[in-house]
Amino acid sequence: MGKKLAVTGNQAVAEAMRQINPDVCAAYPITPSTEVMQRFASFVADGKVDTELVTVESEHSAMSACIGAAAAGGRVMTATSSQGLALMWEMLHIASGMRFPIVMPLVNRALSAPINIHGDHSDGMGSRDCGWIQLFSENGQEAYDNLIQAIRIAEHDDVRLPAMVCMDGFIISHSIESMEYLPDDVVRNFIGEFRPKNPLLDIENPVTYGPLVLPDFFMEFKRQQHEAMLNVKDVVLDVAREFEKISGRGYGLFEAYRLDDAELALVILNSAAGTAKDVIDEYREKGIKVGLLKPRLFRPFPYKEVAEALSSARVIGVLDRADSLGGFGPMYMEISSAMTTNGAKPLMINKIYGLGGRDFMPEHVVQVIDELKEIAETGNIRLQKDFLGVRE
Amino acid sequence: MKGWKDLEIGAITKAGSADEYNTGSWRAFRPQWIEENCIQCLFCWIYCPDSAVTVKDGKRGEFDYLHCKGCGICARECPGKKGKKAIVMVEEGK
Ligand code: SF4
Ligand code: SF4
Repeated sequence: MGKKLAVTGNQAVAEAMRQINPDVCAAYPITPSTEVMQRFASFVADGKVDTELVTVESEHSAMSACIGAAAAGGRVMTATSSQGLALMWEMLHIASGMRFPIVMPLVNRALSAPINIHGDHSDGMGSRDCGWIQLFSENGQEAYDNLIQAIRIAEHDDVRLPAMVCMDGFIISHSIESMEYLPDDVVRNFIGEFRPKNPLLDIENPVTYGPLVLPDFFMEFKRQQHEAMLNVKDVVLDVAREFEKISGRGYGLFEAYRLDDAELALVILNSAAGTAKDVIDEYREKGIKVGLLKPRLFRPFPYKEVAEALSSARVIGVLDRADSLGGFGPMYMEISSAMTTNGAKPLMINKIYGLGGRDFMPEHVVQVIDELKEIAETGNIRLQKDFLGVRE
Repeated sequence: MKGWKDLEIGAITKAGSADEYNTGSWRAFRPQWIEENCIQCLFCWIYCPDSAVTVKDGKRGEFDYLHCKGCGICARECPGKKGKKAIVMVEEGK
């Protein structure tokens, strides 16, 4: 089996990239993801990978170079955060529209202004409509495991879409945790050889990339992309089953923690979910039926499955580490949509937390669960959307 | 017309297929060839950024209006005969 080590989230992601050994990486540094490419660049310099590393002048160029390399027929990766992802935005749509299975760790960080380098999900959530598969990871182990699985998911014939693997900036990227690496040959066998589709370097079979598509065909291509997204769910589950065989670690579309009979439910992404689990255990000991849903696959969003998992909940608190200012948080909008698919009408509140890396503490979970309890008892919601831990 | 199930994924199509499509539909001006002023220098054929000037047996023929974008480069470069242009641009629809 694998090796147990104490490493940072970034280190784990760089190690997964070394084992994946992509053909091309194009990268531009940005905190907190810099360490990923810095470590990967050492692997390149030391001859530990066969990758062509292209150091470019911006993230827009990084994604452009990735797109070019993917069109040429390579297995391609990069990594970024925050403003870097924002600068890639235009090219993110091109990568997904051209159906390139580029895989990118996204080390989540707040977007300016005011400038801030710490973790929140505004970068990832801001790109949720770019046509990329999005997997979220609670810790370094999940980020490592998700990155390896993302290669298989993105490259699957029914999918052929780019994928980003998200983990919390600093909280996970720079914290040392104990985790397990799989052996190199196991990872290589699992991901298999890359099979390019319509590679430009295949000069015997020339193709045209990027033709102008006007109103007569544009919608058909978007409908086609949506179909590929709909196929992702099954592929994620199949890949997870296979991954469990090589790692012993099980994954689904989301993690349901003590949710089966839960009357009160929390929905939380990434690292904060870990904090919530401990508090939930304490409440369960007191006989309070509370559980947690931690989404893993955010794009495409598994509405039906999420609604089923939350079907026993009378009150749901959705916590968002990103805000759609003037609207609800992005996760709240998805959970609201999910709950319309099965006729259940739970009472729901939205809490915005942890923006710009603001600490999310057990007492915040206590505060939310107590509020959910009160709503269950009285049927009254004081404020549908509110902020956790903000000074007046 | 093809539906989404039959289209090539990612709009990646066979190379060199523009010939099969009408790509000149958005032209605002069309070049008009005045054969009596033409000296068959084939400047128009060389300068056309598309391939909208047809040539057969070394002599120019009609414009290929399915592909001509109406840029007017041919009309500008045409030397014509005795100061009389062999290509003039005419507004579409007039
Ligand atoms: S107008 Fe432009 S595109 Fe049309 S034939 Fe002349 S040079 Fe070619
Ligand atoms: S450039 Fe003018 S003169 Fe020369 S071949 Fe074309 S139309 Fe004739």
